[in-house]
Amino acid sequence: MSFAIAPGESLGVVGESGSGKTQLFLSIMGLLAKNGSCTGSARLRGQELLGLPARQLNGIRGVRIAMIFQDPMTSLNPYLRISRQMTEVLVEHKGMSEQEARRRSIALLEQVGIPAARSRFDLYPHEFSGGMRQRVMIAIALLCEPALLIADEPTTALDVTVQAQILELLLQLKRDLGMAIVLITHDLGVVAGLSERVMVMYAGRIVEEGPVDAIFAAPQHPYTLGLLRSTPRLEEHVETLRVIPGQPPNLQALPPGCSFHDRCPFVFERCLAERPPLRGFAPGRTKACHLDALPPGAQ
Amino acid sequence: MSDTLLSVEDLRVHFPLAVGGLLRRRWLPLKAVDGVSFTIAPGETLGVVGESGCGKSTLGRAILRLLEPTGGRVVWQGENLRALDQQAMRRRRREMQIVFQDPLASLNPRMTVGDIIAEPLITHEPRLGRAEARARVRDIMAKTGLLPQMINRYPHEFSGGQCQRIGVARAMILNPRLIVCDEPVSALDVSIQAQIINLLMALQRDFRLSLLFISHDLSVVRHISQRILVLYLGRMMELADSAELYRKPRHPYTRALISAVPVPDPARERAKRRLVLGGELPSPLDPPSGCVFRTRCPLAVEICAREVPRIEQIRAGHQVACHRWQEV
Repeated sequence: MSFAIAPGESLGVVGESGSGKTQLFLSIMGLLAKNGSCTGSARLRGQELLGLPARQLNGIRGVRIAMIFQDPMTSLNPYLRISRQMTEVLVEHKGMSEQEARRRSIALLEQVGIPAARSRFDLYPHEFSGGMRQRVMIAIALLCEPALLIADEPTTALDVTVQAQILELLLQLKRDLGMAIVLITHDLGVVAGLSERVMVMYAGRIVEEGPVDAIFAAPQHPYTLGLLRSTPRLEEHVETLRVIPGQPPNLQALPPGCSFHDRCPFVFERCLAERPPLRGFAPGRTKACHLDALPPGAQ
Repeated sequence: MSDTLLSVEDLRVHFPLAVGGLLRRRWLPLKAVDGVSFTIAPGETLGVVGESGCGKSTLGRAILRLLEPTGGRVVWQGENLRALDQQAMRRRRREMQIVFQDPLASLNPRMTVGDIIAEPLITHEPRLGRAEARARVRDIMAKTGLLPQMINRYPHEFSGGQCQRIGVARAMILNPRLIVCDEPVSALDVSIQAQIINLLMALQRDFRLSLLFISHDLSVVRHISQRILVLYLGRMMELADSAELYRKPRHPYTRALISAVPVPDPARERAKRRLVLGGELPSPLDPPSGCVFRTRCPLAVEICAREVPRIEQIRAGHQVACHRWQEV
């Protein structure tokens, strides 16, 4: 996989479970499981991240790149007060005094919309609700004003009305702080509102990438098209949803050629034999498909 | 509606919960479902939406008496189910089945798919021969999109979507009239979700089946249901035809819920003025006085704290429980 993120840009990464969207960013952060390995190169403002010793990586993780996860409860330490989990970062990375760190942390909690932040600062994670915990996670991620925030399914565990609050918050932070945001999600609706560019993943690879409006208006990879058409929509009613037949492939036994060929409605001989490379087909857009354009009427 | 299959009247499910320390223990009722009424016609799908803790799953279970209701009536084809003894209830259950959210967890890992699907059949038709039962299982497997030759496999050999098909096949084998679907697609990937939704809709058409479709996903519910019931903290907020509910929601909560759903259309999503609700669900143990939604409602006034809003019929088939629905 190869891609780049510009300063202040928001990139949506879409894929089903097992498409590798989380592993991709865990590997960049040096957080892969012990039996995982990654090769290639990942650079932050020109500095190589892969293979960096943990010491140096810790000067980058949480400082210049921060990551938030789907389940805020499992990513916060249940034994430590929120205050401790926040000030520790500032004292460690920014060399602030305890007093300064407290002041800065409380200000951030207020910024992410935690009411009565000062009086709740010394509570434990379980004393917050799910939505509030996600806000705390976001505040922790923002402590060192990272240039890049990676949000891995940040709203999947939340109710719709709370999801709306968190999405609104991310949008506002992006506007105010100008940081780049990677939003990893399976929900096309979430990407539509928050991202400028979209990357669609399937079976561990990028299948299509481009500006959000272009991709939603005219997807050019059969998988993207299938995803968009199989999503029920609130604003329009269709009789039957068009489905993608079959199921995501087993990554241990990928089919030869294009990984999507056994589910693709436009498959032809070449797809069985040859894996399509990711190639540009229009300004700012790439896809991995042997077809130059989807058949007319496919949209 | 001329004919009614199921009619639920003022259903209540309360769980007594111990609060306070050892010496000052009190029992507080947790009102999981409180005063819910609706009907389902043969061949109709009623969607039930609401956020976590609104009582939608409890409602589904109470209708089948998998949980004993605390009050109210569940009338099945003219007969009050709550008055039935266990044996009579068991006989009725063959006409009403349930499909659960977690496809793998709801299947016994030590049983073959054939045995899992045949179990209701053996329970309700014990005199059926083994060969006949196998034939019925193969038949329903084919109808639910499973390969009949997989009959001797175990659940772990199937993917999530296929496990959900097994769950649907097990529910369908007795040819029921109602299936309660409790978040049947929430655990599935987008591309698989659509397959299960289409399967349920096809079965419903072919067998004139009624569905009580419970989900937190408004888009899915809107797609599959003819009518939609909106719950909040165990209470009915609104009940209407699904197109009307989406076009003209009359309850502030329904309106906020619809506006909160992200739509996969970038231009529309950016232009949208979201009605972001403040706050979060109050504790069901200590619900607000009056209207339970008032603490998050943008329209709340003094009467909302004082009086529980009645469920008003604002036009044929459209009910709202709000003091200020005329202003929404």
